[in-house]
Amino acid sequence: MSEINDKIIDYTARLARVQLEGAELGELSGQIKGILDFIGKLEEADTGNIEPTSHILPVNNVFRADEPAQSLPAEDALSGAPKKRGRCFSVPKVIE
Amino acid sequence: MELYSLTGAQLAELLKEGRISAEEILSSLSLRAAGKEEKVKAYVRFGGKLERLPAEGVPARGPLSGIPVSVKDNICTRSCNTECCSRILSGYRPPYDATVISRLKSDGASIISTKTNMDEFAFGSSTENSCFGPSRNPWDTQCVPGGSSGGSAAAVASDEAVFALGSDTGGSIRQPASFCGVVGLKPTYGRVSRYGLVAFASSLDQIGPITKDVRDSALLLNSIAGYDPKDSTSVDTPVPDYTACLGQSVKGMRIGVPKEYMVEGIDPQVRAALLRSLEEFKRLGAICSEVSLPHTEFAVPVYYIIATAEASSNLARFDGVRYGFRAADAESINAMYSRTRGEGFGKEAKRRIILGTFALSHGYYDAYYLRALKVRTLIKQDFEKVFGEFDCVVAPTSPTPAFKLGEKMGDPLKMYLSDIYTISANLAGIPAISVPCGFTSGGLPVGMQIMSGYFREETLLKLAYAYEQSVSAENRRKPAL
Repeated sequence: MSEINDKIIDYTARLARVQLEGAELGELSGQIKGILDFIGKLEEADTGNIEPTSHILPVNNVFRADEPAQSLPAEDALSGAPKKRGRCFSVPKVIE
Repeated sequence: MELYSLTGAQLAELLKEGRISAEEILSSLSLRAAGKEEKVKAYVRFGGKLERLPAEGVPARGPLSGIPVSVKDNICTRSCNTECCSRILSGYRPPYDATVISRLKSDGASIISTKTNMDEFAFGSSTENSCFGPSRNPWDTQCVPGGSSGGSAAAVASDEAVFALGSDTGGSIRQPASFCGVVGLKPTYGRVSRYGLVAFASSLDQIGPITKDVRDSALLLNSIAGYDPKDSTSVDTPVPDYTACLGQSVKGMRIGVPKEYMVEGIDPQVRAALLRSLEEFKRLGAICSEVSLPHTEFAVPVYYIIATAEASSNLARFDGVRYGFRAADAESINAMYSRTRGEGFGKEAKRRIILGTFALSHGYYDAYYLRALKVRTLIKQDFEKVFGEFDCVVAPTSPTPAFKLGEKMGDPLKMYLSDIYTISANLAGIPAISVPCGFTSGGLPVGMQIMSGYFREETLLKLAYAYEQSVSAENRRKPAL
């Protein structure tokens, strides 16, 4: 496992689209490094032949019937919009 | 006796007899809150009185008719502020009700729309991560009420709520219940619909009751439990009447006490309270034995990989596009996302999102996330083995009683370790309840946790009720607010 450093944390924050200001990066980096050190304990567990559990219950492929039903009206969906135009959410330009 | 000091079951009885009205209950509660909120701060955006959702047509008549239910700030109530105590959801009013809210409404309950305080997005064990500031423990206002459902637990403990809903991902119902001397139940994963619960970790979250006693817990569970087609992780299995098991004998019940939980780090008064409780169980005819949950030591690291990974995914939706806070004057779409999230999320939220993103990222996924999922299987298997022979497991809810405000804020890892006894139940998906089992010499409540197999909430409630009834004289105290 490569050394976790500020650069990696900064890159990860970019991936997560979370802007960190000034001293935040250093502070967070230090704390995350500490947490990851602690989490490294997991290497002691014997996981050979063990299947991962992402979901506890044996419930798979839950589908509903393919029938049209009521959905959220547009006005309701737009009701909390910070900025809207017509029946659309308005955001800064997406395509250059 | 003041109405606000009664339990839901007691109020239901008085309502049925026509001796009181729903308005009188709400009024009593609201006055109580007006008097105590300055000290307790259980609610957010409290404007001097408790607001209730407007009545829609003729109120339904049901087992909870006229009883007010307080709600954690991450459970959606249509057109009423649901902000998860986060700046990024400031002013958010959902266009729909959570399924638990719809269920409570159809049982006649009165929904309090003034929400209870919580750690932002349920990230925390103290409510100190709330953007509105922390709640206080009614037993000692210099102490935290626990978290993340600290507001709900504090409100119930201080009689500012009859009963309340919380959510539990790693202990967020049980730990604050323990710290505040009330009853908190995390149902089996899939027992209660998560539709309308703002998601933290989708494979761990459950909504559950926080109440003054075990009977109220059963009453509330009756109302909120059940299959929901809108939650594809809810399980279609019948909901029994959870009050029916209360009062049944617990003679012969086999209780396992995990040896890995009773080790150093546990406060001696917590240990003593638990051992006294075990003696009480034996007096009631239950059989207590030591058991082993060998992978306990991995529970906290597993949780902080899985929960943060799932959180990083669930919180990706908070981007300033459709609702909530949006950073001003962003020069590009990416800047809008990054600045909105950078300015809108608190420190703990950012910490968890980055940790979770890291655990899922290329090059680290196998070493962290995948490995954590495998150890999760081992933890699940530990419980399955024990429940093959035992009806339930009894343990402390928390290694310590409520800690002081600010005590653990400087060290996130120290805070995470306070979840050590509650986390495994979420990882395994099993139900668990915290019940008050005494006080420290300093007057702080101590909670005992009972865990059982999947969909065996009746086992928990039966044992918890028997215990509660047998020690009621000793434990029946109210905080001196």
